[in-house]
Amino acid sequence: MNSIIMSFKDVTFTYTPDDQSVRPAVADLSFSIEEGEWIALVGHNGSGKSTIAKLMNGLLFPQAGEVAAMNLTMSEESLWDIRSQMGMVFQNPDNQFVGATVQDDVAFALENNGVPHEEMVVRVKESLRQVKMEEFLDHEPHHLSGGQKQRVAIAGALALRPRLLILDEATSMLDPQGRMEVIETIRELREETGLTVISITHDLEEAALADRIIVMNAGRKHKEGTPEEVFLTGNELTTLGLDLPFAMRMTHLLREAGVQVLGEHMTEDELVEELWTFYSKK
Amino acid sequence: MDILLQEVGYSYAMNTPFEKRALHNVNIHIPSGSYTAIIGHTGSGKSTVLQHLNALLKPTEGSVVIGEQQVDAKTKGKHLRDIRRQVGIVFQFPEQQLFDETVLKDIMFGPLNYGVSEEEASRRAHELVEQLGLPADVLEKSPFDLSGGQMRRVAIAGVLAMEPDVLVLDEPTAGLDPKGRREIMDLFHELHVKKGLTTVLVTHSMEDAARYADQVAIMHQGKCVATGEPKDIFSNEEQLLDYRLEPPRTIRLQRKFEEKMGIKLDSISLTEEALAKNLALAFLEGREAE
Ligand SMILES: Nc1ncnc2c1ncn2[C@@H]1O[C@H](COP(=O)(O)OP(=O)(O)OP(=O)(O)O)[C@@H](O)[C@H]1O
Ligand SMILES: Nc1ncnc2c1ncn2[C@@H]1O[C@H](COP(=O)(O)OP(=O)(O)OP(=O)(O)O)[C@@H](O)[C@H]1O
Ligand SMILES: [Mg+2]
Ligand SMILES: [Mg+2]
Repeated sequence: MNSIIMSFKDVTFTYTPDDQSVRPAVADLSFSIEEGEWIALVGHNGSGKSTIAKLMNGLLFPQAGEVAAMNLTMSEESLWDIRSQMGMVFQNPDNQFVGATVQDDVAFALENNGVPHEEMVVRVKESLRQVKMEEFLDHEPHHLSGGQKQRVAIAGALALRPRLLILDEATSMLDPQGRMEVIETIRELREETGLTVISITHDLEEAALADRIIVMNAGRKHKEGTPEEVFLTGNELTTLGLDLPFAMRMTHLLREAGVQVLGEHMTEDELVEELWTFYSKK
Repeated sequence: MDILLQEVGYSYAMNTPFEKRALHNVNIHIPSGSYTAIIGHTGSGKSTVLQHLNALLKPTEGSVVIGEQQVDAKTKGKHLRDIRRQVGIVFQFPEQQLFDETVLKDIMFGPLNYGVSEEEASRRAHELVEQLGLPADVLEKSPFDLSGGQMRRVAIAGVLAMEPDVLVLDEPTAGLDPKGRREIMDLFHELHVKKGLTTVLVTHSMEDAARYADQVAIMHQGKCVATGEPKDIFSNEEQLLDYRLEPPRTIRLQRKFEEKMGIKLDSISLTEEALAKNLALAFLEGREAE
């Protein structure tokens, strides 16, 4: 039996409670996420994704509705309990750094969580190794390249060994290989530990790998479902500021060019497979 | 405007215990009117190179020639004002670029600073906010009370408002939603063509480099290790792998297809449209062969 690790019930949040003319950043939002799931949260710029992440870890509190995590209702009292089981990587890593060196920075949250010193040292090294930043232990986090900063921020979250990992566009500045490696590392961790992942992303190839996708539009949930269910809605997605994964776009372009591809393919390999069957039949 | 990096070396925090060498003997020629993409692994030196293009960083070795102006370690700040006006940089993190009270003031700042009238600066700001797909009510907001992608759009608007001759873009699409990403890359390309800009794009999207650039440079461990046309750079898969890069998805799909069918397509597919065309052609020929 899976249990619910995170849920929103009729949540509404506005940054400007005094100004009714501004639409709430998040409105009447409900969903629940089971322990062990990989969720992709997608949506156009300004659709409310980062606000949701901040509501999830109690940086913001809703004006209406209820947020619950780890079987606790989010409140000033439960906040620390909840956060100690949660790793979060913010959209801009610079806003997240607190330590003077890379290793201090990664250690910071561990210290706060009362992890003993010897174990802390081990975990800091391990998580920096996982993101390939072990050579930068004594560098100042603000004086790194963009991708290096993102790697350090991810290490900081991994070191916590969280039950729930929230990534807010955490790999947006990594090179394609680096991005794949980080995603692979997190998938392995999930296999080993049953980690739950909520990944906010504009990378639809990455979203296609999730168990479930939640699509946001103007602060409201537009749709929720498996990648197949979401991407089969097709052109609707482009009106929401989104797009289809590459293989599906190619499938459509091929049809326009007169190649009668029958299936809707989410991966390159599936598409090549059909083209091959089709080609060799002729 | 022609830009030439000649044997450029750069160290951060020179002559301190934290000295960090970021560039070694970099030679790159960016011809006037060209669209150059710079690609490379995390930490390879791309952003450091970009900051030399408007003399935000001065080379600690070698020199950079920007139009008529030569910049080296000893060049004085007062000579750089013209360069800053002509070369507009969109930084990797938009927060580094935004500073004013409101979005309107932020976008108007650059043009006003270089003598454009209040009226004209405001006209540009209004037009750009719309072109960049921002909600109209954004103008009176603080640029820091925006979502990540909205900040990115404001930062881009601020640079375009200066109407620079050289447009330098450091991963300008990071944080943009997929639709915005395509529209804004198309907008840059349109400006590039229509206004004859010189454009330099740093990107992790091999697809964007292949689609838009006419010259690609590869950075690796602080050196520029290869330059060439996209079709040559991206068909040399061995070289890409050496530098921990990969070809764009279109070429990857083409290779998978070719391998599976045991055939070779006539040309390399740098865009999705080209790939669809090439594949359709292969099917047509396959049919005629029977
Ligand atoms: N600090 C703030 N003060 C006021 N309004 C804000 C603030 N942060 C965000 N907003 C507004 O709230 C809405 C939702 O923003 P949010 O950051 O949650 O979007 P997002 O989905 O994460 O977008 P992006 O993809 O651009 O990161 C937007 O309209 C934005 O302008
Ligand atoms: N302010 C700084 N102080 C010291 N070292 C720095 C600073 N900025 C960057 N570096 C170092 O210089 C090298 C090149 O960094 P640069 O930012 O140019 O890389 P990049 O190619 O833009 O990488 P990314 O794709 O991750 O943005 C890196 O090793 C980085 O750690
Ligand atoms: Mg966001
Ligand atoms: Mg960079």
